[in-house]
Amino acid sequence: MLKNPFIKQLFSSFLDLAPILAVVLIFQVLVIQKPIPDVTNLIIGTLFVVIGLTLFIQGLEQSLFPIGESMAYAFARKGSLFWLLTFAFCLGFGTTIAEPALIAVADEAANIASKGGAIEQSGTARDSYALGLRLTVALSVGFAILIGVLRIIRGWPLHYLIIGGYCAVIVVTPFAPPEIIGIAYDSGGVTTSTITVPLVTALGVGLATAIKGRNPMLDGFGLIAFASLTPIIFVMTYGMLR
Amino acid sequence: MNEWLEHFLNVLLGTCRDILPIAAIIIGFQLLIIRRPLPHPKKTLIGFIYVLLGIAFFLEGLDLALFPLGKLMATQLTSPDFLGISATTPVNWQNYRWVYIFAASIGFTTTLAEPSLLAVAHKAEQISGGTIRAWSLRISVAIGVSLGLALGTYRIIVGAELYYFILTGYVIIIIQTLFSPKQIIGLAYDIGGVTTSTVTVPLVTALGLGLASTVPGRNPLLDGFGLIAFACSFPIIAVLSYAQIAHWLNKPRRPTKS
Repeated sequence: MLKNPFIKQLFSSFLDLAPILAVVLIFQVLVIQKPIPDVTNLIIGTLFVVIGLTLFIQGLEQSLFPIGESMAYAFARKGSLFWLLTFAFCLGFGTTIAEPALIAVADEAANIASKGGAIEQSGTARDSYALGLRLTVALSVGFAILIGVLRIIRGWPLHYLIIGGYCAVIVVTPFAPPEIIGIAYDSGGVTTSTITVPLVTALGVGLATAIKGRNPMLDGFGLIAFASLTPIIFVMTYGMLR
Repeated sequence: MNEWLEHFLNVLLGTCRDILPIAAIIIGFQLLIIRRPLPHPKKTLIGFIYVLLGIAFFLEGLDLALFPLGKLMATQLTSPDFLGISATTPVNWQNYRWVYIFAASIGFTTTLAEPSLLAVAHKAEQISGGTIRAWSLRISVAIGVSLGLALGTYRIIVGAELYYFILTGYVIIIIQTLFSPKQIIGLAYDIGGVTTSTVTVPLVTALGLGLASTVPGRNPLLDGFGLIAFACSFPIIAVLSYAQIAHWLNKPRRPTKS
């Protein structure tokens, strides 16, 4: 009884993964025509990924979604806008500052800036540049979640805000130093991690469900959209100011 | 075996460290501001441990199996021997057809396995009461990512300006937004940030940097980035198109009135 859904989930995780394996194997054998290195690791690794995906989905249903939703309800009942917005900002800032993908991108950006002569060619200058970049992105994500939550509460239409954001990106880009543009655009996609996404989604949908006159489908989504748009603008501005 | 266990524990520890700020914020606000216990503390805690273990296993497995192979293939496919190019011949984008096909298929397949997308698609199906199917949503996102990556690799090879591509993408999104059913817009915008995380980013970055360092006349630092941006904006277009098509198909036939 208890085992059945778990095995079903294992199987469906495997189905999610099978296409990647097929692509990699077909390309390696038919196109590149070289043998596959290290078959044992490939099999063990695949097994791990399947188990990991299954556990993650199990935990998602049991933990991340309910936490996000129950907090959204609690804040809605409490009715304190100030604390809700503080929470939104902290959630965005806290999850982004520790994001491993962002740390990697920031270091890479510091290298480029020092090679391009934008900053001094020393370790400390690079470190402070990378840290500044991380803080910038984290601030921008915190700000994005805050604005997104405020939007859900006030019921502003999402597309005006997003289109405004796109226009800002388009206007800022010509003024930004060329070497930062690629990184700025990429940083938008990098910031939202596997744990942040379900939490933030559940928070938005929960808020939209709890507040009268909001439709979860219409108003609940959009938080992640802000979080992947504002870093682009903030990072380019950072590049200009440095 | 021991070495391996150590490595796994390191990954697990790293995941814990990444989660720590989130957990601190949630617990802090729960205790100090909301002052109300979570409804099912034990179940939630177990679920949280599942998430931790799940991510650790997932990352460890990717490190063991997919990343080395994917990165190896990205270098093999972009090596001058395989492509039959030399540093002296001018760049002809048609020589790189396998690179486009590889980029498209790896984009499609990694998107299907992306855990964050799974979460959002699941939620969307739940809320929409089944009118949005998680599976078809994921497929359309995957198609978007694969088209985006194919175009993105093309951009690296011909060395075109990233700005114009992204600009065009934004203009398309804005026009589509004006005509799309309102319910889908928030979801579609969210999808852009969701598609690129644990699985896609490392593989795609390897492909971009490998390509930019082999193609003559490209600078890996300037041209190597930007693939993720393609993988972010194309799914939005794909999901909006999916919604538009679904809307047309579902619309009951009515006599046309002007």
